[in-house]
Amino acid sequence: MTALDTPPAAGAASPSRGGSRLRNVLKARETGILLALLAFLAVTTAINPRFVFSTDGFRDLFLTPSILVVLAVGQAMVIITRNVDLSVGSILGLTAYLAGRLFLDTGLPILVVVLVAVLAGAVLGLVNGLLVAFARVPALVITLGTLYVYRGIYLQWAGSDRINASDIPDGLLSFGTSSLLGIPQLAIVSFVVLALAAYWMRTSRGGRELYAIGSDPAAATLYGLKDKQRILTAFAASGALAGLAGILYVSRYGTISSGVGLGIELEAVGAAVIGGVAIFGGSGTVVGAAIGAYLLTSIDRGLPILGIPDFWQRAVVGLLILGAIVLDKVLAERQHTKLLAERHRS
Amino acid sequence: MSTTLSGPSTDGSATAPRTYADSARSPIARLLGTRDAAVLGLLLAVVVYAVAVVPNFDSELTVYFLVLDVAPILLIALPMTLVIVTGEIDLSVASIVAVTSVLFGVLTREGAPIALAAVLAVLAGALAGAVNGLLVTRLGLPSLAVTIGTLALYRGIAVGLLGTTAITDWPETWTDAVTATFGETQIPVIVVPLALAVVAFGLLLHFTSFGRGLFAIGLSSESARFSGVDVERTKLLAFVLTGLVSGVAGVYFTLRYGSSRGDNATGLELQVIAAVLLGGVSIFGGRGAIPGVLGGVLLIGVIGSALRLDGQSANVIQIVTGVLLVLSVVSAALLGWLSRRVRRRPPTAAEAAPPAVPTAGGM
Repeated sequence: MTALDTPPAAGAASPSRGGSRLRNVLKARETGILLALLAFLAVTTAINPRFVFSTDGFRDLFLTPSILVVLAVGQAMVIITRNVDLSVGSILGLTAYLAGRLFLDTGLPILVVVLVAVLAGAVLGLVNGLLVAFARVPALVITLGTLYVYRGIYLQWAGSDRINASDIPDGLLSFGTSSLLGIPQLAIVSFVVLALAAYWMRTSRGGRELYAIGSDPAAATLYGLKDKQRILTAFAASGALAGLAGILYVSRYGTISSGVGLGIELEAVGAAVIGGVAIFGGSGTVVGAAIGAYLLTSIDRGLPILGIPDFWQRAVVGLLILGAIVLDKVLAERQHTKLLAERHRS
Repeated sequence: MSTTLSGPSTDGSATAPRTYADSARSPIARLLGTRDAAVLGLLLAVVVYAVAVVPNFDSELTVYFLVLDVAPILLIALPMTLVIVTGEIDLSVASIVAVTSVLFGVLTREGAPIALAAVLAVLAGALAGAVNGLLVTRLGLPSLAVTIGTLALYRGIAVGLLGTTAITDWPETWTDAVTATFGETQIPVIVVPLALAVVAFGLLLHFTSFGRGLFAIGLSSESARFSGVDVERTKLLAFVLTGLVSGVAGVYFTLRYGSSRGDNATGLELQVIAAVLLGGVSIFGGRGAIPGVLGGVLLIGVIGSALRLDGQSANVIQIVTGVLLVLSVVSAALLGWLSRRVRRRPPTAAEAAPPAVPTAGGM
């Protein structure tokens, strides 16, 4: 957090020359969660090599998390501004149904439908952002409300209809199952999203300002940052990514029924928190959130291999979230005492 | 509101309070201007409208189902108010309902007497609340993150214990006791314990030093500490009470629907929080009252049952609940903004009212 209090555009690591850069990488919060992920994969693979070393296993390793990764990236951007977006599951469902409806009722090309869905998601996110930024009400409450509203609209619109894989163009469905150089295309989409978001958050003025706002909202306002505009951007991005996730869902599963995206918002928040994004904003990275998403989905798939019935998956997720926030607290306190000690020395 | 708490008023307090804009008006005008009055007024309007327009709304059976359906929300909303007044939040309540419901079922299946199983389940609820509270107070973690974690954890334990199976063979004497009515009328017996709970929590929040401590913490946890409030213990108690009452709601839920399942009460936490905030409790802490919360809970219940009787689907009810939740918080901000504008307009209109203190913390 402290490194970010310096004026924006300066990278997170100021004394990063030569060997200390390696130390910074090793000390990064993301490295810990990555090691946890690798350890989990190693243990499960040792028990059942097919978990990673089979064509299906290797594909699922990247394919299954891709939707959650996209959501977690958007969620991380919002949480970094000291807000939260609980409506992403409903936006995902609504945009997935919108896309299905467009395929069913119109002959629009796939690319246009994708754009419409992403735009629709952005608009829904913008509604959240407007309410949060201008009414100055906690995002938790606003997005809890829009979670209800968006899901209600979706269910009311869909009724008992359900869209089947046969209604979806083959081009999109085959995109969801095919691979490029052994890596599923949906995963490639999530990598591209992650890379763009990570670059923007790290280097651009807008991205740094998101950190500044989340670190100390009052100071950000006094400093003259356009905080409302930035918060709108974060929510619109989260909504647009949820719209994209809706498309990925259609592409992967083909069937769109009433339960699409139900409860996935908590997994997205969980992924971000596990990945080191502080729930009160100002620190963490989208990369960490993405690794958190990988850990969550891998555990989901790996529990039965470890001999734990997958009914216990949510309990493990809960323990992980609690462990992550306790760890963050301990790290933050250690950093605090270290900085105090340094100040005394000088 | 803030006048009672505000500061180290010196001996000159005999004349000073009159200068506050709040106290300058008559008590009745003040009472009518509160959020509680607004919610209860809205509730009354909805009831009158529904009785006039919605067929069968005024039947006794409507009231019967309204009370039975609203009972778990009302029960949990009471201690949730205490938690939110301190500026914290508990998102794990529905999962506690589920885990206690499952525990109640499993214990009974394993041969424990039902009464004992119920008591143990409620105690387990209190324990779950204590875990939340200890993580928040001892480790100083944000309650939002903690209870998102325990939401998943408790729900996971509930689902893990029973899988997709359900325990449905409950003795009729017990299930009937929950849904019983007074003699020939359709007034359910559970109205009595519900009313007692509302009164008890009303007294606890508004007429005890514990309750004043909750408000003090919500307004400023530092100054509460300096004025002698044991902040940690007070918050911990609020969380334990929330867990305990959620356990009671879990036992009720099980008997009411005759089923103990891992996915019981999914999403109930949203309805509870919506009802509490609708009832005028500030999400920032330090403000709120039990009558308003009762109004908020009944408002959600009445709107739901009126729409259902009117032939609307559950989806419309979901939309309305969401819009109400958003409106309840946005309206507070909007009203604050409006009153600030109105007050700023006539700066020379010699009211001699120092506008500083009451509005500063507004919203």
